Amino acid sequence: MPSFVIAEKCDGCKGQDKTACQYICPNDLLRLNEEKTKAFNQETDQCWECYSCVKICPQQAIEIRAYADIVPMGGKIIPLRGTDSIMWTVQFRNGNIKRFKFPIRTTPEGSIKPYEGKPEPTEADIKTSNLFTEIGKTLPVPAK
Amino acid sequence: MSVQTQDTSHFCKAPQIQEIKTDLLIIGGGMAACGAAYEARKWAPANMKITLVDKAAMERSGAVAQGLSAINTYLGENTPEDYVKMVSNDLMGIVRDDLIYDVGRHVDDTVHRFEEWGLPIWKDHSTEGVPLEKGGKPVRTGKWQIMINGESYKTIVAEAAKAAIGMDNIYERVFIVKLILDEKEENRIAGAIGFSTRENKIYIFRANAVIMACGGAVNIFRPRQSTAEGMGRAWYPIWNAGSTYTMAAQVGAELTMMENRFVPARFKDGAGPVGAWFLLFKAKAMNALGEDYGVRNKDLLQAYLPYGNSKVTPTCLRNHQQLKEMREGRGPIYMDTPTAMKNLFESYGNDKKKCKELESEAWEDFLDMCIGQAGFWAGMNIAPEETRSELVPTEPYLLGSHSGCCGIWVSGPEDIAPAEWQWGYNRMTTVKGLFTAGDGVGASGHKFSSGSHAEGRIAAKNAIRFALDNKDFASTITKDPKTLADEIYLPFINYENNKGYSTDPEVNPNYIKPKMLMFRLNKLMDEYGGGCGTTYVTNKHMLETAFSLLDMLKEDAQKMAAKDLHELLRCWENYHRIWTAEIHLRHIYFREESRYPGFYYRADYDLIDDANWKCFVNSKYDSKANQWSVFKKAHKDLVPK
Ligand SMILES: Cc1cc2nc3c(=O)[nH]c(=O)nc-3n(C[C@H](O)[C@H](O)[C@H](O)COP(=O)(O)OP(=O)(O)OC[C@H]3O[C@@H](n4cnc5c(N)ncnc54)[C@H](O)[C@@H]3O)c2cc1C
Ligand code: SF4
Ligand code: SF4
Repeated sequence: MPSFVIAEKCDGCKGQDKTACQYICPNDLLRLNEEKTKAFNQETDQCWECYSCVKICPQQAIEIRAYADIVPMGGKIIPLRGTDSIMWTVQFRNGNIKRFKFPIRTTPEGSIKPYEGKPEPTEADIKTSNLFTEIGKTLPVPAK
Repeated sequence: MSVQTQDTSHFCKAPQIQEIKTDLLIIGGGMAACGAAYEARKWAPANMKITLVDKAAMERSGAVAQGLSAINTYLGENTPEDYVKMVSNDLMGIVRDDLIYDVGRHVDDTVHRFEEWGLPIWKDHSTEGVPLEKGGKPVRTGKWQIMINGESYKTIVAEAAKAAIGMDNIYERVFIVKLILDEKEENRIAGAIGFSTRENKIYIFRANAVIMACGGAVNIFRPRQSTAEGMGRAWYPIWNAGSTYTMAAQVGAELTMMENRFVPARFKDGAGPVGAWFLLFKAKAMNALGEDYGVRNKDLLQAYLPYGNSKVTPTCLRNHQQLKEMREGRGPIYMDTPTAMKNLFESYGNDKKKCKELESEAWEDFLDMCIGQAGFWAGMNIAPEETRSELVPTEPYLLGSHSGCCGIWVSGPEDIAPAEWQWGYNRMTTVKGLFTAGDGVGASGHKFSSGSHAEGRIAAKNAIRFALDNKDFASTITKDPKTLADEIYLPFINYENNKGYSTDPEVNPNYIKPKMLMFRLNKLMDEYGGGCGTTYVTNKHMLETAFSLLDMLKEDAQKMAAKDLHELLRCWENYHRIWTAEIHLRHIYFREESRYPGFYYRADYDLIDDANWKCFVNSKYDSKANQWSVFKKAHKDLVPK
C-alpha cells in the first residue's frame, strides 16, 4: 500500500478545485475515485513513503502502512506539520511511543521576497562570473 | 482492485495542443531548476519571458521532496582548491576541476540565501542565532557538511523560485518528452514538447535558451530492497527517470562519464542515509564478527594506488571492502549505533537532557529526509541506542550531483576552464542554447543540494546572456503538431486498438504494459549490466547479451500501452530509462578497466589502468545516421593533487 486513505476521514477535498493529495504527490500516485469522492493510491508499489500526501491532507485521512513485504506489522509514523514546526509520533510494533518536535522554518510561509535588498546588476555585470548577489566581490580562481 | 482497473481510456481523444513562446525555458523544478529561476529573473530584462515546467508540484518535487537533514556542500573556511581535491579523489581522479572549483566558489552564497529565506541551520552554541553570512558558525558533521532542520527545505527553495518568476509562468504536472532542435540552424535548441498528466493536452514550448535539469535516473536496475510493494523504497527519488541524459543525448549533446554510477551503502531495507551516523555520531561500520572491515581489508586498497592510499578512502573503495566481507560470509554488515550513542552519552556525563537531545537528533536525521527508514525502525522495534542496524549496498543509480559524476559535457567558466573546455557560455552543452545543472552536469559530482542550486544559478545567468546575445533568434519548428501529438499518444493508440482482444487488460499479446516493460529493463540490467544480482560484476560478453536484449526491448517499447494519463506518464518515463540504460552500458563497454571497484567491475579488465584510461569517456548520438560514437577525451588537473 504504503500510503493509504482512511475511507471515513477523506471527503475528497470537497469545496476545493483540486484534491490536495493528488496535487502534491511527486510520483502521481493519488487519485480521486469520482464516484465515491474518495482518494486512493493507484500504484502502491511505486510509493517512496515521502509523506508529502500525509503532511498535506487537510482531513488527516492519509497514513502510511509500512511496506508489507519488508517491515513487520504494527509500527507507525505520524507527522503533524504546523507553520513553523513539525511534530512526529513514532509508534513501535511493541507499543512504545516516542514524540519529537522539530522546527521547519524561521519565516512565515509565503513571506519570501527573493530580491528585497539585493543589488541591481548592470549590463556590464553579466560578462563577469559573479552571481547577482555577488556583484562587486572578487572571485577566486585556481593558482596557475 | 475494482477502482484501480476502471477504464478511463477516454483520454485517448485528440489532445488540445498549446504552443507557448518563451525566452528561457527551464525544464524541471528541483534544486537546480529553482536556482535557475531565481537567478535568471534578475538578469533578464523585464520583457524577457522565463517559463518553468515540472512533471510534479515544485513544493515537493525532486530528490528533496521529503526534506534533508544536512547541506552537504558548504565551504566556509575551506578553499575551493581543497574542495576540488576532495571531489577528484572520491571520484577516482577523473573530474572537471574547472566546474567543481566554480561550484565551490559560489555555493556558500546560495546557502546564505536559503538561510535568509527561512531554512533553519544548526549553529554552534557560541554563535546561536547568528546567520552564517554574519559569522554564525554552523554545526559541521564533516569538513563539507552542515546540519539543518530541513523538513521544509524544498518548500522554502520552491517558494523563492515561484516568487521570482511568478506562478503564471510555471507549468506543473507537465512531463517533457523531448527537446526540439531548430530546423534552420544546425545544432541549435528551439524548444521542447511535453504532455499534461492532468488533462488531455500537449504543450509545445518554443524557446531561445533551455536549461534542462530533470535530476538523475532511478529504476534502471532491479531494486535491492524488494521486487514487490517495497520496491518503492529506492534510495534516490523514484520519480526521476533519466530524462536529463536521454533528452540531451537524443538531440546530439555530448555526454561524459556515463559509465560512472553510484552504489551507496545504506541502512538495509529502508535505504536510510549513513552520513550523519558516520560523521556526526561517529559510528563505525563492522562485519558480523564485530571487526572494522576497513582495517581488516586495508591491504585491498593497495591495488588501487594512488587513490587507495589517500587520507579519505574513496566511496567506491569502501564498498569494495564491504563487498569482500559479504562475499566471504562475514555478513551481515552493521552500523554500530549503540556504541556510538553510548560514547556520546558518556561524553555528556550521561546528562539526561543532552542524551534526550541526541536521541532526538538521531531520529530527526531520518524523519527529515528518509521517513521510510524511521518506519522500518518502528516496525522492527529498533531503538538505535540499543540495537545495531544492517548496512547494504543498494542497486546502482545514475546521477551527477551526489557521489557520482555521470552527465552532460558542458562548457566551463571563462576565467578558469582551459580553451578545450569552453565554447562560449558556462554550463552550456555542446548543443547551442541548451544548458544543464545539478544531476545533469557530468564529471563534477559532490555538489549535492546546495551545489545543484548554485549551479542552476550559474547556468541561468549564462543562459540569459546567451538569450540576450541571440535576441533575434526566431525558432523554426515546422513539424506538424499533430504528428508530434500522435507520437506522444502512441501508447493510448496501442491500448485502444487492442484492448478488446482479451478479457484482462493486463494480459494481452498485442501490447506490453509499462510496468512489465520496466521490469524487463530492470532484469536485464541486473543480470548483465552489473547490478546487485551479480555483485556488480559484468564483462564484454554479458554486456553484449544486454545489448541484444535491449534491442528487443526497444522494439517492444513501441508496443507499450497506456489506459490513462498516469500510465502514459509511466510509458514515457520508460522510454527515457531505456536510453539512459543503453548509454550507461555503452560507456562501461568502452572503458576497458574497472575505474570504480565497489560500484562496478569489468571482470575482464579488473584493474585501474591510469596509463591508458585516465581520461574522460564521452559519447554522442547522431540522430540522422542513428549511430553512437564513444570516444576518449583528455583529462587534465587544474588543481595539483
Ligand atoms: C535520500 C537522499 C538524501 C540526500 N541527502 C543529501 C544531503 O544530506 N545533503 C545534500 O546537500 N544533498 C543530499 N541529497 C542530494 C540532493 O538532493 C541532490 O543532489 C539534488 O536534489 C539534485 O538536484 P537536481 O535539481 O539535479 O535534481 P532534483 O532535485 O531531483 O530535481 C529534478 C526535477 O526534475 C523534474 N523532472 C524529472 N523529469 C522530468 C521531465 N521529464 N519533465 C519535467 N520535469 C521533470 C522533477 O519533478 C524534479 O522537479 C540527497 C538526496 C536523496 C535522494
Ligand atoms: S487530501 Fe485528504 S481529504 Fe483530500 S482527497 Fe486526499 S485524502 Fe481525501
Ligand atoms: S508518500 Fe509520497 S510517494 Fe507515496 S503517495 Fe504519498 S506523496 Fe506519493
